[in-house]
Amino acid sequence: MAAGTCWGRWPRYEHRIVPLRNRFEPLPDLAPLLPYGNGRSYGDVCLNAGGTLLSTRAMDRLIAFNPTTGVLECEAGVLLGEIIDLLLPHGWFPAVCPGTAFVTVGGAIANDVHGKNHHRVGSFGHHVLGFELLRSNGEVLQCSADSHSNWFRATIGGLGLTGLIRKVRLRLRPVESRWIDGDSRRFASLAEFFEFTAASDRDYEYTVAWLDCASSGRKRGRGVFMRGNHAPAPASVIGAARFRPHRRAPTLRVPLTPPISPVWGASVRLFNSLYYHRRAAQQTHISWHYRNFHFPLDGILEWNRLYGPNGFFQYQCALPDTHALAALTEMLELIARSRQGSCLSVLKKFGAMPSLGVMSFARPGVTLALDFPNRGLRTLGLLDSLDAITREAGGAVYPAKDARMSAGAFRQYFPAWEEFQRYVDPRFSSSFWRRVTAA
Amino acid sequence: MKRILIVGATSAIAEAAAREFAARGDALFLVARDGLAVQAIADDLMLRGAAAIGTALFTARDLEGCVALVDAAVQRLDGLDQALIAHGSLSAQAACETSTAMLHEEFMTNALSVMALALALARHFTAQGHGVIAAISSVAGERGRQSNYLYGASKAAVSTFLSGLRQQLYAKGVRVVTIKPGFVDTPMTAAFKKGMLWATPARVARDIVRAMDRGTPVLYTPWFWRPIMALVRCVPENLFRRMRG
Repeated sequence: MAAGTCWGRWPRYEHRIVPLRNRFEPLPDLAPLLPYGNGRSYGDVCLNAGGTLLSTRAMDRLIAFNPTTGVLECEAGVLLGEIIDLLLPHGWFPAVCPGTAFVTVGGAIANDVHGKNHHRVGSFGHHVLGFELLRSNGEVLQCSADSHSNWFRATIGGLGLTGLIRKVRLRLRPVESRWIDGDSRRFASLAEFFEFTAASDRDYEYTVAWLDCASSGRKRGRGVFMRGNHAPAPASVIGAARFRPHRRAPTLRVPLTPPISPVWGASVRLFNSLYYHRRAAQQTHISWHYRNFHFPLDGILEWNRLYGPNGFFQYQCALPDTHALAALTEMLELIARSRQGSCLSVLKKFGAMPSLGVMSFARPGVTLALDFPNRGLRTLGLLDSLDAITREAGGAVYPAKDARMSAGAFRQYFPAWEEFQRYVDPRFSSSFWRRVTAA
Repeated sequence: MKRILIVGATSAIAEAAAREFAARGDALFLVARDGLAVQAIADDLMLRGAAAIGTALFTARDLEGCVALVDAAVQRLDGLDQALIAHGSLSAQAACETSTAMLHEEFMTNALSVMALALALARHFTAQGHGVIAAISSVAGERGRQSNYLYGASKAAVSTFLSGLRQQLYAKGVRVVTIKPGFVDTPMTAAFKKGMLWATPARVARDIVRAMDRGTPVLYTPWFWRPIMALVRCVPENLFRRMRG
C-alpha cells in the first residue's frame, strides 16, 4: 500500500499502486481498479481508497505522427507538456490546453478538460479522433465518433470509470511560433467583464479573466481580463529558431510543506490587491511565451504545498448565462464575508458548442474557479453555500476539481449519471464515484 | 551522431537514456526479451529523433550468443561507438535462499550475462581502438544487506569485473563506465514507499549519458550516493552485523 495523492492533497488514502509499463499489459486481477495518470485532479476522482491505482505514467510512448495533418497517436500516459516539447518545434500544439501541462492525455480525456479557447474550439474531447479502451473482461474497443460511439461519448469525461484508455489519436493544431500576442486590461465590475468577453470572443482565440475574490463593496467583481492569439512567425527569425527548445523550464520548487499555510486572510487580500494593481494588468500589447500564458503555475513545482499540511479545495462551477451575473455577485459577496478569499480565481466564458461526453462538465455559460485552503468545517460550510447558489442557478460543479460535493448536488448537476452508469466497468471504481453514487 | 547498443532496452532507466540519445540524433540498436515492447519503444524513439533504430531479441541466459549479438549491432548501425548494458532483475531474496535454481538464474541474469556481453564488446572496441562500455551495477553491490544480499552480491561481481576490465582496456582507448544508481522510481520498485532519496529514471538517465560521453570510471547517480556509500563502507562488520534493514 502506498499514498497516491491528488493535487489538492486532501483527502489522502492508501492504495495499491500497479504501474503499467506499456499498452500491451493486461489488467491486474485486483479490483476495484482506477487508472491514475499524473495525479493533477484536485480531489478524489483520481483516488480509489483501499483499491488499486493503475499508474499510466510509464505508458508514455509516441506511436505515430503525421506531419501534414497533425494527427498524433500515442499511449495514454504521455503528458501534454511532452507533446509540446516534442512537436512545437515542428509547428504543432495541443488544440486545447488546461491550466497545467503536467496532465496525461488519458486524464485530459477522462475529465474532458477545457482551456482558454473553449468558446472557439470546445473541450479536449472535441479533438480526440479515437482511442483504444480495455475493459476488465478483456474486451478491447476501438472507440471513435463512428465506431462504438456510445463508448466514445461515455469515456470522454467518464472519469476513468469505463475502462483503461491505452492509446489515443489526437488532432493537434498548427502554430507559427511559441508566442501568444494579445493584451490585458482591468475591469471594475462583473458587468464590465461580460462586456469585455462579449467584445473579444470573436476575434481572440484565448480569453480568460482573473478575479479579485477578496474585495467587497465598491471593489467587488473587479479583475484583470486577458486575451490573445497565437502569434505569427516573426519575420526576423527563420526556420526552427522561432520554436527554440527550452529544456530547463521550471526553475522553482516549493521545497517543503509549511506547517501553517501562508495563504490566509490578510496575505490573500494583499496578493489580490497587488495582482490587480500591478502594471502588467493594463497593457495594450503583450507577447506571452505560451508557457507563461497557458501554464503560469507550472514554473513553480509543487505549488500546492503552499496551502499547508491540510491541503486545499478547488471549487469550479459553470453557470448558465441567464443566471450568471446574479449568481456570481452572490458568490463573491459570500466569499468576501467569509474572509476565506481565494488567490487563483479565474473567470471564463464557455462557448455554445455542446461537449461530446455524456458526463462532460463544460457547457454553455460562464465558469468560475476558486481555491480555498482547507480549514475544515468552516471551508466545507462555505463550499456547501456556494453549491446552494450553483444549484439554484441551474449550474454544475467540475468533478475534476471536487472533493466534497454531495450525492444530491452531483445528481442534479449531471442528470445523465444513470445513463452513464451502464458504461462503468464493473471492476472499476473511484472514491469520487462511490461518494456521489452512495444512496 | 553516435551508434549505441542498448541491452535491456525495455528497462525504465535504459528507455529514459535512449530518449536522451534519440533527442540528440543518435542511432540505436535495442536489445530485449519482449518483442512487442521493444518495437513500441523503437517506434517512439524514431519519433523522438533517433537517426536509425535496429532491434533484436535476446535472453540473458544466452551467453554464447553475445558475440553474434554485438556483430548484429555493428552490422545494423554500420559500426558501434558505445554500449549500455542495462538489463537486470531485482532478486526475490527469500526465494533465492531456498532455491538453487533461482540463485543460479539471478546470477546468470545480473552477473554472468553482463560479463559475457562486456567481453564481447571489449573484443570489438579493442580492435577498432575506441569505444565505451557502460553497465548498470548498483550501490547495493557495495555492502551485503540482509534484505537483498543476493542481488547485492551479483552487482558486486559486476562492479569488480568492470574495475578490472577498465584497467585492462584503458591503454587501448576503450572506456568502461560502472553505473551505480541508488533508489530509482521504476516499475521494478513500484512496491516500495518512496522518500527523499528516490530519483526518477529521467534524472538518472541524464547522468548516465553524461558519464558515457566523458568516460567517467564510476558514476553514482544521483551524486549524493557517493558520500552515503563512502560512509556505509566505513561501518565495521562488527557493528554492521547488528544493524537492521
